[in-house]
Amino acid sequence: MNLQTILDTVPTFLWSDGNDVTGLAVTAKLFLLSVVPGMMLAVIMAVGQVYGPRPLAMLIRSVSYFFRSTPLYLQLMLIYYGLSQFDVVQLGWQNDQPFWLLFRDATFCATLALVLNTSAYVAELLAGMMVTFPRQEWVAGEAFGMSRAQIIRRLVLPATLRRGIPALNNEMVFLLHATSLASTVTLLDITGVARSFYAATYSPFIPFLLAAALYLVCTFALIFLFSLTERRWLAFTRRS
Amino acid sequence: MVIDYLPLLLQGAGLSLCVMLLALVLALILGLINAVVKLFGPPWLRWLSTGYTTLVRGIPELVIMLLLFFGGEMLVNGFLGLLGIGPVHFNTFLSGVLAIGFVFGAYYTETFRGAFQTVDQGQLEAAVAYGMHPGQVFRRVMLPQMLSFAIPGINNNWLGLMKASALVSILGLEDMVWLAEQAGRATQKPFLFYFLISLIYMVITALSGWMFSRLARRYALYSSTARDTY
Repeated sequence: MNLQTILDTVPTFLWSDGNDVTGLAVTAKLFLLSVVPGMMLAVIMAVGQVYGPRPLAMLIRSVSYFFRSTPLYLQLMLIYYGLSQFDVVQLGWQNDQPFWLLFRDATFCATLALVLNTSAYVAELLAGMMVTFPRQEWVAGEAFGMSRAQIIRRLVLPATLRRGIPALNNEMVFLLHATSLASTVTLLDITGVARSFYAATYSPFIPFLLAAALYLVCTFALIFLFSLTERRWLAFTRRS
Repeated sequence: MVIDYLPLLLQGAGLSLCVMLLALVLALILGLINAVVKLFGPPWLRWLSTGYTTLVRGIPELVIMLLLFFGGEMLVNGFLGLLGIGPVHFNTFLSGVLAIGFVFGAYYTETFRGAFQTVDQGQLEAAVAYGMHPGQVFRRVMLPQMLSFAIPGINNNWLGLMKASALVSILGLEDMVWLAEQAGRATQKPFLFYFLISLIYMVITALSGWMFSRLARRYALYSSTARDTY
């Protein structure tokens, strides 16, 4: 492999192979598509788990336990390949029902698996912090005449999300790395591009090292962004 | 029909468990060595360890595994070729274990480094004053106290390692995930088999959670500071 062939692969690794969007662009798309619904679902799950009625809390806890105790790869296989086992799904595909057709789309399945997976981890983290929310602040909220829902919305959530920023940073790095599994369901993200280059050339170092370098850059960029947010929202924890 | 596949799946589960446990041993050893190097090693070695942990933790496991799995064999054979020795073929099992152990060694380095730092400096000086040599200080004073702090991290990383081991099926090792895929195809019941395998992972998670909480209670006895925590 000479330098020119390596340079020719760069656009494919970054945005497109000429026909489709590939590489970094797909990784970024998967990450962004998963991060917003994942965070929202995590907040809802955490609130339900800590402040919801007991049966709801139990349900959320067991669902979250499933997603945290099994490999994401298996979850993805369950969604993308597993669902075809059921007649409802097969029937939906035959009748072109838009809802079931979604489960044939690799991007949708990968995003769904990532959302469910990351929300389980983040919810556990947020729930852990909500449990230790200072009692005095809660009482102060009551003294102001706030309802339970208002206290959760105005006091608990902002405080928890702020204090959770350093831990969330870790989870977001894990989510970024987890997007690499999308390559197992035919998607051409950074890892997918590297694997297809390997399959075509049987030269492992260039494609996988390029992929590794791209992920490193993304990871450091993510950590840098989080350090900015910490400076902004956790300014009160800094010693002057 | 499903029953017919159970012995095969259990056999696969045994293989998966072997991969996990051997990789765990490798990762623990790598982590311990690197943590000690990071804290007490000469600057150039410390620099190397930092590079290892930073790089490995910044790249997805799957990419590192693919790189080591496909690149490792080529690298070794290239080296052997220079020495005039014929090419060797890497065993899938061994490469899987080495790749996972290598990745999680980096995570364990950070766990152990953090735990070593919680050991009271004064106790180390006291141990030296008693005339213990560095090996004894490490074995008698540092290791038992550090373990009580490291146990939650050891459990977390072990669970991560266990889940990452499912990826060896992508490399072609016939572990339980790979077998579940085949069985699911043959019987057209992929959900059922993937779900059965998921249950095995859940059982392992639950069992190790229980075991580690017992270990944590046991090791809390050795530590002057951790005792209040448990």
